[in-house]
Amino acid sequence: MTLAKRIVPCLDVKAGRVVKGVKFEGLRDAGDPVELSTRYRDEGADEVVFLDITASLEKRATIRSLVRSVAASLDIPFTVGGGIRSMADARLALASGADKVAVNTAALQRPGLIAKLADVFGSQCVVVAIDAKRTKEGYRVFSHSATRAAEVDAVGWAQRAAELGAGELLVTSIDRDGTRIGYDIELLRAITQRVSVPVIASGGAGTLEHFLEALTEGGCDAALAASLFHYRELTVKQVKDYLAANGVVVRP
Amino acid sequence: MRIEIFNYGAGNLFSIQAAFRKEGAKTALTKDGRGLKQADAIVLPGVGSFNQAAKMLPMEKIRDAVRSGKPLLGVCLGLQLFFSKSEEGRGRGLSLFPGEVKKFRASGVKVPQIGWNTLVVTRESALTEGLEGESWVYYVNSYYPATKGKWVVATTDYGVEFPALVSEKNVHGTQFHPEKSGEAGRKILQNFLRTVKR
Repeated sequence: MTLAKRIVPCLDVKAGRVVKGVKFEGLRDAGDPVELSTRYRDEGADEVVFLDITASLEKRATIRSLVRSVAASLDIPFTVGGGIRSMADARLALASGADKVAVNTAALQRPGLIAKLADVFGSQCVVVAIDAKRTKEGYRVFSHSATRAAEVDAVGWAQRAAELGAGELLVTSIDRDGTRIGYDIELLRAITQRVSVPVIASGGAGTLEHFLEALTEGGCDAALAASLFHYRELTVKQVKDYLAANGVVVRP
Repeated sequence: MRIEIFNYGAGNLFSIQAAFRKEGAKTALTKDGRGLKQADAIVLPGVGSFNQAAKMLPMEKIRDAVRSGKPLLGVCLGLQLFFSKSEEGRGRGLSLFPGEVKKFRASGVKVPQIGWNTLVVTRESALTEGLEGESWVYYVNSYYPATKGKWVVATTDYGVEFPALVSEKNVHGTQFHPEKSGEAGRKILQNFLRTVKR
């Protein structure tokens, strides 16, 4: 009756390579997207997220042929984000083998896009990515790869996105991104308590305990990590074994 | 071997084609089933809505092909089209099995179901060969087939227990997405292809 909690490696892709930085800056090379995604699939990843992280900044469309190669090598669900700004972008990503598309900047600029995507492709296809940062006024949403503050409260935006038809929310703490000091549990809790769609925790994973926290205290349905897996500090299998030993239902 | 895959909506048809090609089969997409006679097997994929698909499918052609013994695999929505009606809309399905397609109504479950859930084999069949006890497979569905009979060969539970895999003679259907279900899904697709080769 309960669905398995998911472990989701994330490939941040720039110019055809997987890169990773800290707090969205200081990017360094982390490998080949097809090789990495295949390795994660073999280790037991439940899903892979592919983010073309420069698309929004440089106004470039997601690299389609690369998406196709990754999709062809995967037999697990696959989400594509970065630079999805229109129905046409989403259609292309889905035709290239994505199962879901993640929207961020474009959805903030035109929230109606979420409803349109959900209407045509179904909510199960639509992930709204929320990059949030702690400020004096609470958690604020940032767009354009965390470079621009949107005058929006993160929790309110999460609720609105779900109402508009998002099938899932990918919530990233900008403060924790790449730091390995743990997910922002307070942020995650604030959102999971107010929406009924699945939430993917992102930003800050560093230890096995962090995954457990996000999926229990944080109330999340999935936990995403990038550099930790890219540099083999932990394998997906280690994480899942640990979760299973602590009573979390995971796909073995 | 050539597999004809029906295209009746928007969404990802890439993955199911890639999955079959990986197993050495050739695939072709069709809207009207023109090449059905030459095809070795038919696949009804899992993207779109019941009404839209029911409207577009050449029902008689498919029923004839099934009667002639051609293997048919329905995935998710494709399986739901095996039944005559669905709570998703007024369209008419293929009526290959008794029963109907219902919406999840149990309290405390999110609809649609999106994620990895179990597959419990309840009866031996060509499609479940090599799968023992419980496997995990990937589901994306708001509706499920409500049917009882010896064609139900595996079940799962999402607030309600429902058939996850039906299989009788040359007609097979999965409520989950085998093309997205890792090793277990791959085995099921291989099993299906083996029935085509026989």
